[in-house]
Amino acid sequence: MGMFEAIVLSVIAASTPLLLAAAGELVVERSGVLNLGVEGMMIMGAACGFAGAWLTGSTVIGALFGIVAGMAMAAIFALLTLGLAVNQVATGLALTILGVGLSGLIGAGFVGEKIVPAPHLYIPLLTDLPLVGHILFGQDAFVYLSIALTIGIWYFLYRTRRGLVLRAIGDNHSSAHALGYPVLQVRLLAVLFGGGCAGLAGAYLPLAYTPFFIPGMTAGRGWIALALVVFASWRPGRLVGGAYLFGAVTILQLHAQALGLGIPSQLMSSLPYLACVIVLVLISRTRATAGSAAPASLGTVFVPDR
Amino acid sequence: MAKPSTPLLQAIGIRKLYGDFLANDGIDLDLYAGEIHALLGENGAGKSTLVKIMYGLIQPSGGELRWMGDKIVLAGPSEARARGIAMVFQHFSLFDNLTVAENVALGLDGSESFAAMSARLAKVSHDYGLPLDPKREVWRLSVGERQRIEIVRALMQNPKLLILDEPTAVLTPQEVDQLFVVLERLKSEGRALLYISHKLEEVKRLCDTATILRGGKKVATCDPRQETAASLARMMVGGEIGEVKAASGRAATIPRLVINDLSLAPDDPHGVYLRNVSLEVKGGEILGLAGVAGNGQDELFAALSGERMCEHSDDVIIDGHAAGALSITGRRRLGAAFVPEERIGHATAPRMKLSENALLTGHAASGMVKHGFVDKPATLATVDKTTQAFDVRKAKRDPEAVSLSGGNLQKFVVGREILREPGILVVSQPTWGVDAGAAAVIRQALIDLSSRGTAVLVISQDLDELIEIADRIAVMFHGHLSEPIETAQATREQLGLLMGGSAAGTAGAAPEPAEAGHAVSA
Amino acid sequence: MPLVLERRAERSKLIAIASPLIAIALTLITISILFALIGKNPAQALYVYFIEPLIDPYSLSEIVVKATPLVMIGVGLSLCYLANVWNIGAEGQFLVGAVAGSWIAVVTNGTHAGPWVLPAMLLLGAAAGALYALIPAICKVKFGASEILTSLMLVYVADLLLDYLVRGPWRDPKGFNFPTTADFDPNATVPVLFDGSRVHLGSVIALLVVMAATVMLGRTIKGFEIRVVGAAPKAARFAGFNSDQLVLFTFAVSGALAGLAGIIEVAGPVGHLQPGISPGYGFTAIIVAFLGRLNPVGILIAGLFLALTFIGGEGAQISMKIPLDLTKVFQGILLFYVLACDSLIVYRIRFIASTRKAAHGHV
Repeated sequence: MGMFEAIVLSVIAASTPLLLAAAGELVVERSGVLNLGVEGMMIMGAACGFAGAWLTGSTVIGALFGIVAGMAMAAIFALLTLGLAVNQVATGLALTILGVGLSGLIGAGFVGEKIVPAPHLYIPLLTDLPLVGHILFGQDAFVYLSIALTIGIWYFLYRTRRGLVLRAIGDNHSSAHALGYPVLQVRLLAVLFGGGCAGLAGAYLPLAYTPFFIPGMTAGRGWIALALVVFASWRPGRLVGGAYLFGAVTILQLHAQALGLGIPSQLMSSLPYLACVIVLVLISRTRATAGSAAPASLGTVFVPDR
Repeated sequence: MAKPSTPLLQAIGIRKLYGDFLANDGIDLDLYAGEIHALLGENGAGKSTLVKIMYGLIQPSGGELRWMGDKIVLAGPSEARARGIAMVFQHFSLFDNLTVAENVALGLDGSESFAAMSARLAKVSHDYGLPLDPKREVWRLSVGERQRIEIVRALMQNPKLLILDEPTAVLTPQEVDQLFVVLERLKSEGRALLYISHKLEEVKRLCDTATILRGGKKVATCDPRQETAASLARMMVGGEIGEVKAASGRAATIPRLVINDLSLAPDDPHGVYLRNVSLEVKGGEILGLAGVAGNGQDELFAALSGERMCEHSDDVIIDGHAAGALSITGRRRLGAAFVPEERIGHATAPRMKLSENALLTGHAASGMVKHGFVDKPATLATVDKTTQAFDVRKAKRDPEAVSLSGGNLQKFVVGREILREPGILVVSQPTWGVDAGAAAVIRQALIDLSSRGTAVLVISQDLDELIEIADRIAVMFHGHLSEPIETAQATREQLGLLMGGSAAGTAGAAPEPAEAGHAVSA
Repeated sequence: MPLVLERRAERSKLIAIASPLIAIALTLITISILFALIGKNPAQALYVYFIEPLIDPYSLSEIVVKATPLVMIGVGLSLCYLANVWNIGAEGQFLVGAVAGSWIAVVTNGTHAGPWVLPAMLLLGAAAGALYALIPAICKVKFGASEILTSLMLVYVADLLLDYLVRGPWRDPKGFNFPTTADFDPNATVPVLFDGSRVHLGSVIALLVVMAATVMLGRTIKGFEIRVVGAAPKAARFAGFNSDQLVLFTFAVSGALAGLAGIIEVAGPVGHLQPGISPGYGFTAIIVAFLGRLNPVGILIAGLFLALTFIGGEGAQISMKIPLDLTKVFQGILLFYVLACDSLIVYRIRFIASTRKAAHGHV
């Protein structure tokens, strides 16, 4: 395996959790809900995913644990924002604070433990192809799942009636309600879906990325996923490019640190976050002239009258 | 017309409670096929509640619905649609960022493919003479076109009963005529129509039967053609409406508000471009600004008030001072006052007290702020004065704005400005959604203010209102403003053509003096 | 859905006062269950958490020490949140204020520079916090970038900046390779108020901040402006208030207060610059702001209460081996309950049978 191949593989590995979490959040935001608790759901997914895999020895069960943990967190968020019409920004923050604390509590017993990382695909001949073999045919299941998920979301949003209903609810929840669509139920499902994706994204970290659990191991990836949704202008297609761009920044700064260019490692480590700020500024500035792409009812509270 | 013996839809003793508030109190209503039935009533009379129940959107607290004689329960709009009940909403139930075809698809049950639906959409819109481009996004369309989507969407369900909630509120007189042709045709096809309105002349012209609601109760069912507009109005209001008296001896003098060739790009991509707008409003006159919603009135209001800056400081001149580059606070200090269209959220902060809402516009020039500190007694005094002068009814001395009824809050926001005795008043939709009593008080106050020498600019979609109180009327269309016409010389047709963008409006055929005073306010 | 919200005609005053208390009660019940789940006696744990610190004078003084930064940051954040501006990067502004103020302490270390050092440190810390907070504010006003995400990203950057300085240029040569600066000179240290405790002048400053904010929000036109812009932005524009300027103002003030809290913490209880100077004050202050109902006096009380959870949590870790993370869980749950109870101020909850059943029920 050459240097180039190794870098691409590590970029893919770094991008996958971002893509998984952002894809879920994209569906949530398209339904008109802003869940800022992605970081909290992810870190819970990481802790519970590791716990599941460690207890059972199965990556699949670990992933399921992660999904369920993310969904459970999302359910709390839904109860407050949809059931009690609480401000979505504040609730999302609360979700992150709770998730960070709870994951530390759950994960405390697992720090220092190791598990067998998720297996990579191996198809004789294909995987052995030079250059592209490992990249296309030698990934773990999460990578393929993240791509399939994104395509599936695109198909759902733009090619199915339910997807149309979800977009309509995100555009104008009052109109959707007047036509008889169950605004809160659809949003509940979207939020749960987003929670499941975030939980899975979190579980990916200890199950495939590094085969152990460290408290706070998501390190802001949930927030970067939120920025990616903005970057993608709420379109699934652009999400893939955005996720891989950020994955590349993360990996390349690590390689630059390893080369020892005399640049402080902390500066290199801060690059993904700085890049995120710069990208948000650039994308928001172009959008200011081209009209907003955000779902019109994003972040607003809906209380139906009866 | 001979009525079928069984009503298509029968409402029996419908009740609806919101907390302690009885929105519908034992309402009976019979709707027959091949009949246009008017539902008349003031704002808050319970019309919207009743039709929402008939469309399955809300559940009644009591009473029952019968469909062709059988008792039914509508758990949701989709069940209503499945029976053949369709609805055209007043505040359109459309999705701005979706296409026309997607909007229509969302109003149907989804049993046909998108392609088949699109083909049928083209056919229906062609058949009824309601042309639509299925691929366009809704935000690009005019108000009239948006309503067309709503109607086509309803017709594609092939409904037995079509409910229309205030369909003409946003249309020009000519568009109203076109709509009535469609409605007559639907009636002749044997459909039942329930037509909600407060425009009495329209009801007399179109409807076979009228049911009148007041305070949540049914007052009467009658044949509107046998009634006069005045008798219908009496039933709606429950008494005589105070006539608005024009002040005598008003003399328009010098121009106090001047707009000089104002052009302004909209700040949001869905907005309207103002193009070379020029106007003079003289002290002592009321100038009416007519037009269909969305033709630049909101943008003009923002440019006049200073919520948006103009490009040149002399684009707007207030009492001789170039004010185009001044903020709204600066313009208020020059003696200007403003009342925007939306009471809740724009003219007032809904969850704040009235005294704080007095401070909202009063901090600029009413001595309520000293060295950065708020003089709370002064803000309360403004509330008390406004309450007294304009008969604002409220539960306590200083409640939250949102707790007032529409009419009382509107009296407060208009009164708050008038008490400052402004030299210039710009007011948008002064009586929108207000009961007849409050509307009369507000219109009278505007006339009295102008007779004290103030230049008053009234922006309104209600042509009847402008004809009643304005000395001159100008019309806004696509960001252009017409020359003002003396109201005494204006005809409804002429104004309607201008509202539709036809230059022929200035050379109106067969002039017929506009009649004032028949409409009870929106 | 069996649970229905009904908008109240007027805000419920009773619930406005009771809501934080109800939230705390519900949190205590939840946390007791959690104690039981991890095999600890809930009664004993609650006692260690919430009563023990209150009966020990030293712990009481430590509560004041911990509450000081929480209250200062919380008051600043409450201005932002009242104006519907979402600064969630106070942690970063705290760190940058600490770093900037420490710069003077580091360069004057051992020079006996004079009594101007501490005031200069405090000023520089506040200014740096304000400037750092203005980055997301300007990105929002000029380019429309979400201040939520940008302010949060800058927390990580600030953390790395601090890490770089104390491991690199500012590291104490005599510090056995630990990542820390030399201990600050007495001139560069916030004076302690009472011997035998660590309560320092910063607590007095925090009280002054609370008083100033109370006057500003309750009595001045600026306070009114903040509240209107948050509650009804369109009405605020109609009133002539410039929301862009207010974004800059609230970010600058909250950043300055966070930065000031940062340098006071470093020049006070900590005494030198090192990583981990904040146990997440900037994030806990978000909870403080909401628990205090975005009211300065409420924030003072809420700050003391959350400081109690920090001290109690440390005690519980030592005496009962309860993990420190439980304190964070407690704080997170508390914020949820506070937000949920706040909803009851505006809405009334009714439980009804499902829509379909209700419809049939009246037949």
